[in-house]
Amino acid sequence: MIPALEIENLSKVYDNNFEALKGIRLRVEPGDFFALLGPNGAGKSTTIGIICSLVAKSAGKISVFGVDIDKDFPAAKRHIGIVPQEFNFNQFEKGLDIVINQAGYYGLSPGLARERAEKYLRELGLWEQRDIPARMLSGGMKRRLMIARSLVHEPQLLILDEPSAGVDIEMRRSMWDFLRRINAQGTTIILTTHYLEEAEALCRHIAIINHGKIVENTSMKELLRQLDREVFILDCVEKLPDNTHIDEFVTRRVDDHTLEVEVQKGQNLNAVFAALGLAGINISSMRNRANRLEEMFVNLVEGAA
Amino acid sequence: MNLREQYVAFMTIFRKEIKRYLRIWTQTLLPSAITMSLYFVIFGTLIGSRIGEMGGFSYMEFVVPGLIMMAIVTNSYSNVVSSFFGSKFSGSVEELLVSPVSNFVILMGYVVGGVSRGLLVAVVVTLVSLFFTDLSIHSYLIVVIVVLMTSTLFALAGFINAVYANSFDDISIIPTFVLTPLIYLGGVFYSMDMLPEFWANVSKLNPLVYVVNAFRYGVLGVSDVSLPVAFGMIVIFTTLAFAYSMHLLNSGKRLRQ
Repeated sequence: MIPALEIENLSKVYDNNFEALKGIRLRVEPGDFFALLGPNGAGKSTTIGIICSLVAKSAGKISVFGVDIDKDFPAAKRHIGIVPQEFNFNQFEKGLDIVINQAGYYGLSPGLARERAEKYLRELGLWEQRDIPARMLSGGMKRRLMIARSLVHEPQLLILDEPSAGVDIEMRRSMWDFLRRINAQGTTIILTTHYLEEAEALCRHIAIINHGKIVENTSMKELLRQLDREVFILDCVEKLPDNTHIDEFVTRRVDDHTLEVEVQKGQNLNAVFAALGLAGINISSMRNRANRLEEMFVNLVEGAA
Repeated sequence: MNLREQYVAFMTIFRKEIKRYLRIWTQTLLPSAITMSLYFVIFGTLIGSRIGEMGGFSYMEFVVPGLIMMAIVTNSYSNVVSSFFGSKFSGSVEELLVSPVSNFVILMGYVVGGVSRGLLVAVVVTLVSLFFTDLSIHSYLIVVIVVLMTSTLFALAGFINAVYANSFDDISIIPTFVLTPLIYLGGVFYSMDMLPEFWANVSKLNPLVYVVNAFRYGVLGVSDVSLPVAFGMIVIFTTLAFAYSMHLLNSGKRLRQ
């Protein structure tokens, strides 16, 4: 199967001799929901910039749905929709005009451009605001406007660089639903984000980039399987004894009604409930102390540093 | 992209440019009409009446072609420099750069947008001039060709300025310190015959001398430089500006990292 995106030995050295990418390889299958994670300055935005022609590569090869960007970049660009990190539209233009103009740059006839603009502005809940200058829109609306703009030529590969930055929780959830929907309809999505919860909730595959190198590239399930320990916080109905202890588990009494339990890979959480049940303590709720992926991310990035 | 799609992309950029300068017409169209009215009153009527004839015409008749050309030059230049730099500044130029539209179409979209503003202002200023003098055209063909070539040349120059500009100061430095002196020294207000030989020769390096005189020939039928030489120089300057603009776009200098 032709990959949606294939990157081979991609390098980038900026004019100031900073080596942003050190020969990375990446393959994203069609229909995938792919997360590209990494700390600030790791090389995520440089990679995306090269894919969509805003940054010139120093070496390497990129193909988008089998089209080599060195051989036919315009054809490759037709497959790509990009939602950048920064707002990059004319703030004085109306939302509808911004989306219609973008369609024009891809050669869509004015009639089709308007039809598509209406479709995506409606789907992203911006149709009522179509005649408002972009500068008057809220941060979340501006973000959704960029998504509508990126989809107007109906690309097969959508790349979102930090789409949730500055977006409130409710808006973020509705954006996730939208992205899941278009992914289910066949659009391949590559996402960079600092919200690891977002990557875990949406993506099936993940690559972690650090210091210009890919330090992990696997499925989300496989990555989470590699976690060797997790810390759970248990909220207890009854007051915990001062010397609360569960055999074979590391525990920490946080306060009278809260207990932290570290569960190693292979240990069974049922044993914790059984021990607490025997002690006459009922559990009202339970949660992870930290996002599981976050712990993995920190381990990988720190390990590579 | 096929030819039809490239045409759609071109028309998109062109329409966007027209909408932009019409939306802010008090900043783009009105100032030229007011400034040129003042020039007509002060240089044409008040001072001109004391100067007498120049090149065989009343001073008012002599300066009108130069002043119309001055409006075309400044407007076609400033439209592209401010619009393209504005899109660089806001980041919206990336909308074009990530799309499959060719660099040639991008350049033409902005340049023809600038040319259209130059033409529109030329019409406005010409209409204003009719309040001060009877304008009879010697050759409509030459007038149209010179106007189109000149506005194209200075729209291209505005594009180059915009690519190099890093701040809003940078887009006013060239018009203030280069373009305006070239216009004033380009024979708008005087005949080249009045200059000492040395300065007349130096003036031949000024592209404004050729556009002002070619246009004056189209309107009045007189010129300080030969028409073929004027056309030749305009073509050379335009070709160089076009080639350099395309080089900037193709190399991605100051547009892509």
